[in-house]
Amino acid sequence: MLEHFSYFITVFLMMAGLFIVIARGNLIKKLIGLSIFQTSVYLLYIAPGKLVGGTAPILATQFSTYSNPLPHVLILTAIVVGVATLALGLAIAVRIREAYGTIEEDEILTLDHTVEVAEAQSAEARGGS
Amino acid sequence: MKYDLVLRVVAKLLIPFILLFALYVQFHGDFGPGGGFQAGTIFGAGIIFYGLIFGVDTARSVLPDWVVESMLAAGVLLFAGVGIAGLLLGGNYLDYFVLDKNAVIGQHRGIFWVEAGVFITVAGVMLKIFYMFALRGRPED
Amino acid sequence: MIIDVLLILMAISVLILMRLRNLFAAVVLLGIYSFLMATVLVALDAVDVAMTEAAVGAGVSTVLLLGALLLCKSSEAKPVHKPWLPLTVAVSTGVLLVYGAWGLPDFSDPQAPIHQHVAPRYLQNEVDVPNVVTAVLASFRGFDTLGETTVVFTAGAGIIALLRRRQRVDKDRKNGA
Repeated sequence: MLEHFSYFITVFLMMAGLFIVIARGNLIKKLIGLSIFQTSVYLLYIAPGKLVGGTAPILATQFSTYSNPLPHVLILTAIVVGVATLALGLAIAVRIREAYGTIEEDEILTLDHTVEVAEAQSAEARGGS
Repeated sequence: MKYDLVLRVVAKLLIPFILLFALYVQFHGDFGPGGGFQAGTIFGAGIIFYGLIFGVDTARSVLPDWVVESMLAAGVLLFAGVGIAGLLLGGNYLDYFVLDKNAVIGQHRGIFWVEAGVFITVAGVMLKIFYMFALRGRPED
Repeated sequence: MIIDVLLILMAISVLILMRLRNLFAAVVLLGIYSFLMATVLVALDAVDVAMTEAAVGAGVSTVLLLGALLLCKSSEAKPVHKPWLPLTVAVSTGVLLVYGAWGLPDFSDPQAPIHQHVAPRYLQNEVDVPNVVTAVLASFRGFDTLGETTVVFTAGAGIIALLRRRQRVDKDRKNGA
């Protein structure tokens, strides 16, 4: 049980992120959930690479056991890519807010639906005349 | 926030050290924790901190838009250019050992320039994102 | 163990974050969560990653989220739907993942496959750079890093395309006309 504790916390964080992404309608809250999900992936990669009694993978003569450097490399790049894509998502949210006046998913869908209905009606009216 | 004395004084004290630390992380990255990604984000965060305290326009006069925008592309081009230099010197793409007669020194040279490329792009992207969000909030004139 | 305590703190902060409806508080809590994550990463020997996470997760992304919040002027609306369906999806996926996690190697098991495959070769220090993370990042996995840098560049270009204002072009056009 205790040997797998970090995995269980990772799964919990992942599912919390997934829940926020699905359940919340606010686009910024969705992005927060997405970044929690992403952070849990960092944990999923880094935790198995740790060796108790080992040290950070910076070679020195007085140490012989090192934690695995490969996950560190993968996640290091993933963090920076993560913030860049988060910013891209936020930029899209800002543009949506400017276009629709709201960033609540339900309100956006309602607005889209209203526009569609209005367009269909005007097309019908044109077809009738 | 613009006239908060404590923040301004603390920021003035801290920012030179943040930027110096970013350069330390960049150039000492072979021997201690560090490298292009870390240094780029720290450098970007330092300038963003400056922009938050003293206003975006002050930060933009330190690093103007055209500099930041060319940093975006310059870093990737530098990285790709190291690969092409390897090709021209007779190795495969992104082979570093051909960059010098001594293979290990060639590796060090390749790693240095590659990390420099990563630093430039990452710092540029962080700053550009911040400028973009900060300037979007202004009414159009 | 300090890692477990920090992990529990992270779980608590996420639990609070799930229930929060105030977006400003949620963003600040996300910053705290990122700092906890950076601390966990130090405890897990990933110093390079921790440095980046502290600068990016707690610093830059908090600033960006606050900036976006200011631009959107939004507080979260009351939910229209009951959260039962997403909760079922999340919990059932979580149960599956926990079931799968039982089969993973124990924490810090030196015989785990991750420590057997390529890591020993990386740790032999072929390129004479003491920081193995830098060596692997720039030399062994150079193509990977080139790709990641390109992704970062593309994201930056995308943000410029989305948020740039075209006022100067309009002014020129007016002057020309």
